[in-house]
Amino acid sequence: MNSNILIIIIASAIFYGTPLFFAALGGIFTERSGVLNLGVEGTMLLGGVSGAWASQHVGGSAWFTVLMSIVIGMIAGGITSALLAFLCVTLKTNQTVAGLAITIFAGAVGLSSYFANIWGVAENPVPRQIRRLDVFGLADTPIVGPIIFNQTILTYVSWVLAVLSTVYLFRTRIGLQLRAVGESPQTADAMGISVVKYRYVHTILGGALAGIGGVFYSLAIVPTWVDGMTKGAGWIAIALVIFGFWRPSLTLLGAYLFGALQSLGSTLKARGVNISGDILDALPFVMTIVVLVLVSSRFAHRKLGAPAALGVPYEREER
Amino acid sequence: MKRMTKGKFVPVLLTAALGFGLVACGGDDSSTSTEAPAGSEAPEGSEARASAYMATGDPMDNFTPWADIPDSGTESPVVDCAPEEGPLKAAWVYVGPTNDGGWTQTHDEGRLAVQEALGDAVETTYKENVPEGPQVVQTVEDLIADGNTVIFGTSFGFQDAFVEVAAAHPDVCFEFATGYLSAPNLSQFYGGAEDTDYLAGMAAGAASATGKLAYLASFPIPEVVRGVNAWTLGAQSVNPDATVKVVWLNTWFNPAEERKAAEALIAEGYDVLGMKGIDSPSTGDAALAAGIPWAGYNRDNSANYGDVWLTATSYHWEAYLIPRLQQILDGTWTAGNYYGNLSDGFLTLATYGSLVSDETYATIEARLVELAAAPGSEFTGPITDNQGNEVLADGVAHTFGELMSMSYLVAGVDGEIPAS
Repeated sequence: MNSNILIIIIASAIFYGTPLFFAALGGIFTERSGVLNLGVEGTMLLGGVSGAWASQHVGGSAWFTVLMSIVIGMIAGGITSALLAFLCVTLKTNQTVAGLAITIFAGAVGLSSYFANIWGVAENPVPRQIRRLDVFGLADTPIVGPIIFNQTILTYVSWVLAVLSTVYLFRTRIGLQLRAVGESPQTADAMGISVVKYRYVHTILGGALAGIGGVFYSLAIVPTWVDGMTKGAGWIAIALVIFGFWRPSLTLLGAYLFGALQSLGSTLKARGVNISGDILDALPFVMTIVVLVLVSSRFAHRKLGAPAALGVPYEREER
Repeated sequence: MKRMTKGKFVPVLLTAALGFGLVACGGDDSSTSTEAPAGSEAPEGSEARASAYMATGDPMDNFTPWADIPDSGTESPVVDCAPEEGPLKAAWVYVGPTNDGGWTQTHDEGRLAVQEALGDAVETTYKENVPEGPQVVQTVEDLIADGNTVIFGTSFGFQDAFVEVAAAHPDVCFEFATGYLSAPNLSQFYGGAEDTDYLAGMAAGAASATGKLAYLASFPIPEVVRGVNAWTLGAQSVNPDATVKVVWLNTWFNPAEERKAAEALIAEGYDVLGMKGIDSPSTGDAALAAGIPWAGYNRDNSANYGDVWLTATSYHWEAYLIPRLQQILDGTWTAGNYYGNLSDGFLTLATYGSLVSDETYATIEARLVELAAAPGSEFTGPITDNQGNEVLADGVAHTFGELMSMSYLVAGVDGEIPAS
């Protein structure tokens, strides 16, 4: 029953969608504050390499090592995004250029590869990994077993986070103020909200979440360090933010759709369905382009809830 | 101002909540440790052990200058590419990172062995992560401009670029692994990995309870097709009804894709995995997570995958590299073709894992001695392809040329060679 192809596809969609969701959730916080982070790909890779290093070097029990790998991946992602925040918020540079610069600087054949080399991260497999759990011993239950009860700890955390962040964004005063900063920083400033602090905090939080996404790659998916191992996941995450209309719940569903596309090729091949691997590999990116085109019209942008001040540096004098 | 304070704290709380969630759930030690999964326990009385076979042959006996291979249509004069003074500068061009845990790492171990053996007489360097594309020519030209006079290429897709650069630099020695083209200053070196693939297949066949095995393969080129067929024949030699599902990944090195494919095959119920042509041990990671036996490739990874490890084809490029570089230093280098095997030390069968029973160990060791004496003889008829056509009649063996151009899959392989 559990070898039904639909169940396999859904179960792997959730697995491969998990890092996409973490990175996209980070993107929601960042963009809701009015900062466009195109540096997600590089941020994920730095998180991934730091997490892999921690898995190889932090002692103690297995769960402690894994926890520290995730925390260190978050710190690495946070620092990377702090740099972006400094460029975009303090120096008020062009956010598109700053984000691209971060991805090129930190990404594959950049800082992440450099760290991997000087730390010797790729020399060995990652010993302490994030494995699929058998929750309540229900992993073999028909249908729901592989889908619900046989995922990694980070997947369960992501479900909790999806709820918490929805409450945070739409049901708390802080969330309201965050959205105000992203919609109309002038108004927010007039209300006494510090635009700079909100943007810094949420950009760094976004980077920390992208770092978790990277750790998921180096501790759960492969699990070992490989240069450029996210293979464009950061770009998919940026599209997912738009695809999910800047809402965590919809973004979670979108992440699983893209996760399904990422794993579809392997599943079909194992079934003996002969279909060009190159076309399947391109599918998530075709979807990304389609989504971006569909929502990039000015009309769609307003309707879908894009923060009005997204990508616009805030200058007090311009009020 | 009061609101501001809260503004700073809520994201921090969110992060903290995340951290606590992890602590709470990460406490389950078994979920994150690398202990042996249930179901992969070693058979009674067996443990990891090395093959007893010792190679005694001279690798240079398996080297033939182009001039002695009429079909090559290539002359092989002595090429003097040693420098007037100073050490001989040798460079390797790799498709993946030197620490990929597989193919490229074995080549780099070969390079280091050369440096160790020849010491100050040589100065080695390498370029890693070179994509198979237009950059190859530039990469090799750069290495020559840096004073390197012998260049090693280690990925099939570099071949055309090497032929092009070799023609432009007749005074530089070129050594290419896994190709087939020749030039007066371009050698080809590789070896009969199909023999060790066959032996690894025997271990896999014996380890399968269901007889449903799966094999991850890179590209459907003859080298890899030989591996698929040999592995299948090996599995069938100990498990006559064994079938092998083959999946073409169309990549040499993409650990995430390799892992995904392996997991998909495990989900389909295949109970032993093998691999050929792909460079990372990600397949082993998937096997380890699922607790099913795995026959590796490229190198001995028994130390890292002990719980599920069977054995593997293991390359020892230095067996060829050291005498060849010595020839350059001696001024006697000529271009030609090298095809190593078990008997000259180019190939070994890696450490047997504890999953290999005493009986299977003895059977494989006996067959290993036979194949070392008669490389390629696993392809002796009767052999039928998986379309039902007879390929080799009873007692007939393939010629070397037929082996090098193999383009059929033996009966029992579930899959096909994609039309190119």
